[in-house]
Amino acid sequence: MKIEVLGAGCAKCRALEEQAKQAIAALGVQAEVEHVTDFRRIAGYGILSTPALVIDGQVKCAGRIPSDKELKSWIGAATEVSAA
Amino acid sequence: MSTSSDRVGTPPAALKSPARPWGRYALVAAGAAAFVLVYRGLKPAADWLTYDLMRLSEKTHLGSAVNFFLYDTVKIFLLLVTVIYGVTLIRQSFSPQRVRRALGGKREGIGNVMAAGLGVVTPFCSCSACPLFIGFVESGIPLGVTFSFLISSPLVNEVALGMLLAMFGLKVAAIYVTAGVITAIIGGLVIGRLKLENQVQRFGIAPSDQAEERVPFQQRSREAWAHTKGLIRKVGPWVVGGIAVGAAIHGYVPVDFVARWAGKHNPWSVPIAVLIALPLYSNAAGMIPIAQALYAKGMAMGTVLAFFMAVVGLSTPEFIILKQVIRPKLLAIFAGILTVSFILFGYLFNAIL
Repeated sequence: MKIEVLGAGCAKCRALEEQAKQAIAALGVQAEVEHVTDFRRIAGYGILSTPALVIDGQVKCAGRIPSDKELKSWIGAATEVSAA
Repeated sequence: MSTSSDRVGTPPAALKSPARPWGRYALVAAGAAAFVLVYRGLKPAADWLTYDLMRLSEKTHLGSAVNFFLYDTVKIFLLLVTVIYGVTLIRQSFSPQRVRRALGGKREGIGNVMAAGLGVVTPFCSCSACPLFIGFVESGIPLGVTFSFLISSPLVNEVALGMLLAMFGLKVAAIYVTAGVITAIIGGLVIGRLKLENQVQRFGIAPSDQAEERVPFQQRSREAWAHTKGLIRKVGPWVVGGIAVGAAIHGYVPVDFVARWAGKHNPWSVPIAVLIALPLYSNAAGMIPIAQALYAKGMAMGTVLAFFMAVVGLSTPEFIILKQVIRPKLLAIFAGILTVSFILFGYLFNAIL
């Protein structure tokens, strides 16, 4: 699974990156976390506001920091997809 | 210390909202009523604390300074929390995707007016400036209309609004919002006329609404509250510092001194105030209590407003970020239009207020 945290590197996207890493550790899932700062790639996903989260190429949220519950359910759903 | 300051820390009522809409309205009404009660009680509470509890005399310098500091600090934070939380909740209904769809196919003119208006209620931190700008321009929204949004969105923001409400009242806050929206409309129209499309880097990215989502109200109010806390933590120290400096100015700076340098009769005060404001950014919130103290000592209102618009509207970090997608010529024109507009508004308000 590939998790991309998108944002220019302000406090909010760093917080989201940290949150994603903790969620992966808590769920015991194998995943790669990448912090994307290149605005071409950010805009390429159709994202207009950051921080944003992309899991396996799917935009999960943009312009906000999701709750831990949301984050874990997305990661959980993506794990099931890749396992199937 | 308990009465007023504790209530500032309590989350607004809408936080524990039930799913039924009427319950939500009732909670908003209850929250508003509680706000008015607390707000009304601030002055008596500050008086009681300084003059009864601390036994300071109303006539001494220290007594009035402590009273001023206590009252202002609590009042500002109460208003800041309320305004930031309220504006954030409203903003969540206006995602940038919705704004882009609303602006799509609009001509210049009406498009500029709409973009400036939507900029008032739409979230946008300077880190998002690049994807937002690319996303708007690539989807075919005219450059001038995009700039109208890019000017009004950061200029008319919740912290500026809360601080102006707390320190100068409703009338000045309304004037500030109006001036900000007019600057955004005219600035966008001028940039549209100048035919500067060659100054923008194109990437050929197809517009997509993939990032669109619906978030339930409870989740939104929780996020709005988290956002409010984060923002208060960020601007809080600057605000307290500003109030302290303001309190010192109130006490020790002679009236004639400020009036002579920054009063209505010094024609240089407006451009100088705007130039001083250029490098200031993160401490915008802390500037307002200082500006209010200077105003009380004779600084002209137009000069105060021009200064504040320049602090908020001309942000160096945002310019550095935008440099990645906009060529220097357009960036310079953008900064120039804003500077001229703030100076003109300063003169206008000095003449009419």
